[in-house]
Amino acid sequence: MPRLGKDLRQYLRVEMLPNVWCPGCGHGNVARGIATALDELQLPLEQVVMVGGIGCSGRTPFYFNVSAMHTTHGRALTFATGIKLAKPDLTVIVTMGDGDAAAIGGNHFIHACRRNIDLTAIVYNNATYGMTGGQHAPTAPRGTRSSTTPRGSIEAPFDLVELALGAGATYVARTTTFDFDELPRRIAEAIRHPGFAVVEVLTQCPTFYGRSNGLGDATAMLDYERDQTVPVEQITKEDLVGKLPLGVFRQAEGAEYVREYAALCAASRGAP
Amino acid sequence: MRLIQGNEACALGAIRAGCSFYAGYPITPASEIMEWMARLLPARGGVFIQMEDEIAALGAVIGAAWAGAKGLTATSGPGFSLMQEHIGYAAMTETPCVIVDSQRAGPSTGMPTLPSQGDVMQARWGTHGDRAAIVLTASSVRDVYEVTVAAFNMSETYRLPVVLLLDAILSHMRENVELPELEVVDRARPAAPEGFQPFAGQEFLPFGEGANLVVTGLAHAESGRPRASDGVNLERMLRRSRDRLAADAELISRHRAYRVEDARHLILAYGITARAAHAAVDRLRGEGVRAGLLELQTLWPFPERLVADLAARVEDVVVPELNLGQLVWPVRAAVAGAAPVRGLSRADGRLFSPAEMAVAVTERTEVVHAPAR
Repeated sequence: MPRLGKDLRQYLRVEMLPNVWCPGCGHGNVARGIATALDELQLPLEQVVMVGGIGCSGRTPFYFNVSAMHTTHGRALTFATGIKLAKPDLTVIVTMGDGDAAAIGGNHFIHACRRNIDLTAIVYNNATYGMTGGQHAPTAPRGTRSSTTPRGSIEAPFDLVELALGAGATYVARTTTFDFDELPRRIAEAIRHPGFAVVEVLTQCPTFYGRSNGLGDATAMLDYERDQTVPVEQITKEDLVGKLPLGVFRQAEGAEYVREYAALCAASRGAP
Repeated sequence: MRLIQGNEACALGAIRAGCSFYAGYPITPASEIMEWMARLLPARGGVFIQMEDEIAALGAVIGAAWAGAKGLTATSGPGFSLMQEHIGYAAMTETPCVIVDSQRAGPSTGMPTLPSQGDVMQARWGTHGDRAAIVLTASSVRDVYEVTVAAFNMSETYRLPVVLLLDAILSHMRENVELPELEVVDRARPAAPEGFQPFAGQEFLPFGEGANLVVTGLAHAESGRPRASDGVNLERMLRRSRDRLAADAELISRHRAYRVEDARHLILAYGITARAAHAAVDRLRGEGVRAGLLELQTLWPFPERLVADLAARVEDVVVPELNLGQLVWPVRAAVAGAAPVRGLSRADGRLFSPAEMAVAVTERTEVVHAPAR
């Protein structure tokens, strides 16, 4: 159930507020989803590390009352991999944007999926580069207008879910900032999942994406998210044209990297 | 006494220094360091991981450092170029870690199996922005072991990424060595986690040990919280790290002086080139020429006073390098006209011979090697 009215301030580093996000930005919804998930999981906060990339989404760790590492563009997963391997008891949650995950950090993203290392990657997909002023992003649909595609994009977008599935992530979900109740549930499932978990969140950028593409204000963009998506269980062939499926696409057991490494260490004890 | 390779000595030095984390990407001529760490670390409870590229390797090392590990990565020129992004991040976040660059002839893919000293300036200035830097080098297999330990100790003491420059010859040559027990330094910890300011000084607390830290590559306050528009604060932090090294310049400066007491001609050399220089000094002395050698193991911070004091006592200074002239510039600045400074260059992937170095001292030539037509 949505936890409307629940006071989540204990999860926030309140002295860092207000946040940098524009009015109407969906990133606050994602942050609320993370706080709600932390509340549900009741993890000891001093054992949680949030690692951010660069851009609007990368700022998220600053606002949480956990250890925060704001890293470099696209490479948050590499830092998170080092943290997790060096101290496996820590819960490591990575927040990154579509530029982080699908462009500059695409290589790190697929390799983290392949290793199936026990990290949670929350990818905020607003299909734009918001922090730098609304340039084209690799998840933006063909035809999208932006400051670097003023006549519309001629490129095909990445489907992050397909990418994560193909690369071997063992938990893969897509949700939206419209899905107020589902969003924290997916994040909680991902954190609980003992392997590499990807949650792609479609989130609105009314300031740049919305304005450049005539999608209106934040509420109109939330409606657009609703109308352009369909739950994966209900999907039909017609839906697949121009719409994105939502839901959990994989939740599977698999050899997890940290545990595999621990077994390797145990087997090599006493070797020269 | 053991017959070991330079890269093996580096790995053994790292283990000796308490390195518990290695992330890397294979590259000639550094790969054996990685291969040794892959064998040594799991049996010792340490972490080894082969990453998808060199940027990822250093990112993982920095993450591990903030989880409390002593981390190492090793590479060569092309990988070192990629690592510059995270060398800057490590500097900005005052993260202790060690980066080995076994130099090969470049630029670009260059000559992968042939030595070079072409990364001397990149090691100091390769990342964008200003920063304090410690860069070390070595000239023998035994030195590689000792300087690797020193690199870890300095990174722990000053909370900096420390670069160790090797080269293709030093990495691959084998020598009979004793590997001594050496003193190991661990990063200082705060007395208590409560109210700990992670960027107020040398003390370091990892994630998950009682304080919720904030770490960012943005300019930040001593609390770690970003202060991306406060230039006064950033400049103060930059000057503070630089001044820390300046205050300890003598402790950081590792060097050897050979037959310099009465020398009229000073050869200033570093890395593999110092081996030929040592032999050249003996050869020149045999011919009645009073030559001496200053071998630098610490290239940065550059030991200005040491060089200036020695240069003031000689007729000339010769700086042989396997590049087109890099360290010769800070030498010239330090000598400040007290004696003529000549650079000897070769960038053809070969080493200087003692004989050609000796001739260069007596004939006062600048370029030893003329490329064949």
